[in-house]
Amino acid sequence: MTMKKQIASASEKPIAFARDFFSYAIKGGNLYYGWLLFLSFFVLVGLYTAFVQMTTGLIVTGATDQIVWELFISNFIFTAHIAAAAVLVVIPAYIYKRKDMKDLAVLGEIIALTFVTIGLNFIMFHMGRPERSWHTFPGLGIFNFPNSMLTYDIIVLNVYLGINALAVSYLLYMRYIGKPMNTKLYTPLIYVAVAWGPLIHIVTAFILSSNAAISMWHTAVLPFAFLSMAGASGSALIIIFFLLIRKFSKMDIADSVIDFFSQVMAWSLGIIILVFAAEFFNELYPATHHAASLEYMMHGHHGLDAYVPWFWATMALIVIPFFLLLNSKIRKSYNSLLPAVSFVVFMIILIEKPAVLVFPAFSPTPLGEYAVYHPTAIEIFNVLFIWAVGFITLTLLTKGAIGVLTGEVRDSNTVETSGGAK
Amino acid sequence: MSEDKRKSEMVKEQDDGKEQGNGKVKESRRDFLKKMGVAAAATVAAPAITSTTAEAVSLGETFQTHFELMSDAQKEKAIARLEKRYTEQFGKQTTVANTPAPDGVLFGYALNIAKCIGCRRCVEACVKENNQSRDPAIQWIRVLRMERGNDTFELENLHKGSPDSNSLGDYGIQSGGHADKHVGLSGAAEHYYEPEQVPEDNAIYFPVQCHQCEDPPCVKACPVRATFRDPNGIVVIDYNWCIGCRMCQLACPYWARRFNWGEPELPNEDMNPKTHYLGNRPRMRGVMEKCTFCLQRVREGRYPACVEACPVGARKFGNLLDPESEVRKVLATKKVFRFKEAFNTDPKFFYYMD
Ligand code: SF4
Ligand code: SF4
Repeated sequence: MTMKKQIASASEKPIAFARDFFSYAIKGGNLYYGWLLFLSFFVLVGLYTAFVQMTTGLIVTGATDQIVWELFISNFIFTAHIAAAAVLVVIPAYIYKRKDMKDLAVLGEIIALTFVTIGLNFIMFHMGRPERSWHTFPGLGIFNFPNSMLTYDIIVLNVYLGINALAVSYLLYMRYIGKPMNTKLYTPLIYVAVAWGPLIHIVTAFILSSNAAISMWHTAVLPFAFLSMAGASGSALIIIFFLLIRKFSKMDIADSVIDFFSQVMAWSLGIIILVFAAEFFNELYPATHHAASLEYMMHGHHGLDAYVPWFWATMALIVIPFFLLLNSKIRKSYNSLLPAVSFVVFMIILIEKPAVLVFPAFSPTPLGEYAVYHPTAIEIFNVLFIWAVGFITLTLLTKGAIGVLTGEVRDSNTVETSGGAK
Repeated sequence: MSEDKRKSEMVKEQDDGKEQGNGKVKESRRDFLKKMGVAAAATVAAPAITSTTAEAVSLGETFQTHFELMSDAQKEKAIARLEKRYTEQFGKQTTVANTPAPDGVLFGYALNIAKCIGCRRCVEACVKENNQSRDPAIQWIRVLRMERGNDTFELENLHKGSPDSNSLGDYGIQSGGHADKHVGLSGAAEHYYEPEQVPEDNAIYFPVQCHQCEDPPCVKACPVRATFRDPNGIVVIDYNWCIGCRMCQLACPYWARRFNWGEPELPNEDMNPKTHYLGNRPRMRGVMEKCTFCLQRVREGRYPACVEACPVGARKFGNLLDPESEVRKVLATKKVFRFKEAFNTDPKFFYYMD
């Protein structure tokens, strides 16, 4: 082969990889197309509602000077949970060298990648002037470093996105062309990613707890609460995700993997309960002004009780799954109860974000005013829009990755060396 | 959703009339319109900019850097752009000043809560001077109303307390008499009151606005340094650099920051054409704003609008570095305190009593 040809083929391969990857990803059965179509509906509606928000301003959401953060940022916190939890797949595979999880690590990284992207989209929608986001790019804009917590968050989120995107595409590409990976490059990347996962989450918690003016957040347990919620909701998603993959693809996922995550979910819930108990005691026993938001959630205030049912439902639905999951029969019911419990855990932590963590924290305001948040339809459709785009990305990336991992997508010129992964 | 509707969905502490907030906004709006003439009522600020100017302006504005980092030439250009746009938009010759901060001055403010009668003339004057949006209504000053006195100490509660004397047996030992009830009404305040006449007999008033903290949490929180402390100690915002993330609004313990959730509506008639880049120039949607001690006035040696408007002389303003200034005299001779000292923000806004 001449030099020219070599270069030509070197640049052709990644293109071929992308082409093969996505043409495999968009193929599937009726159920698969149905799912994508279902998501596309929200994308279509969302294009319109996003346009409305971008041209009219944040007034189309329910946010006010009293309740400053909307559904977007509460959802962002949740996506940070999941993105951070994705390292739960990577750690057993690379640090404990579990054979049954080796191939799954890349799926974990895909989850991290997608959820960071979803989170960044939420931040874009949250910003009053998204077109000015270049003010935060190093070089072009200015960072308020080292003071602003949001500055750190922008840095850690983007680095995490970069690391995962790199790791995923490198691994899949090498599999595609059938060459062994350069572990000198890949392993350090993975270790950084593992350290970085919790980091994005701790910084997100600091964004909240740095605000002394919002007394409900001004507590040191927040990062612990967040990490344990990441453990619970992340594992819940991963269980459902893996069970679906196992059912609908050729990919082999052992029961031992699912068991691992159901245990992580159970004990994460246990830690959440402890963290809540510690926080509630800390607030309610001295019952100072700091407890005002919590009391507002628990009992309402002068007839304003919109958050009361949400609060008690959330608390109940965090405690009940914990006790259910202590039962090994339930943990082993892969096709019935376990996915159901996982779904509940995932949803309840998603709902906890706006209904318990974010909206009630703003009452009373620093000047003693109580308020209730009402999300608007435009806001809700924008949230669904971002989620739909995120799930489409997740579906396509996962489908393509499974194709590569199972050997269905591979470079036609590759000489079979290992006999394939089938 | 209109601001009025949002307001009506909020309930204030000690609130017994849900629509008060609603009423307040409308009331002050009516007042303005009355003063400004009948014609005003029908007019909504109609953007009269030709599309080419608007495009050129918005492109220039989009790519300009932080005001403090601009060269003098760039500043001039940016200001010329704005003057042109505002003049066309509001149909009156508008100036955007860049008066520099005077040397050797640290501005301070003192407010006499014994004198304040809760008339909110300061709020009106502020809205007018600083080109705040009329709809949705944005106001930088909040005048809190608090109940005078204390009505929770009652004879019948004298022997009540916890534990309840007959729940687990009566040991005759109580850990608190009135303690299970809130003592007094301290801290309970509202700012949507709508009385026939001020001052009301049973009320005291407590105006709050930006305290121009020496160690401002809002400045610390801003990711892009859009808000910063000027050399006179006033905390200002470059409206063209703010990304609208609202971190500063969360950080402020005085609830002093106001966000432009929608397109601010400022009728041409009501617009004050004498503006400053960092002060009262018209804001755009999606940016933060707040009290700047009327930077456009005080940098030229004038009083803030609220100081001039106060009918009882409850507001004093001056240079904290000058022992002869009014505000320093207040600090030296009156009973002075600061609001929310626990936050350690070191406000340059003082409250005092005679
Ligand atoms: S009062 Fe609030 S807005 Fe004003 S300087 Fe202090 S923290 Fe900033
Ligand atoms: S809203 Fe504007 S001024 Fe406030 S923190 Fe964000 S960028 Fe800074």
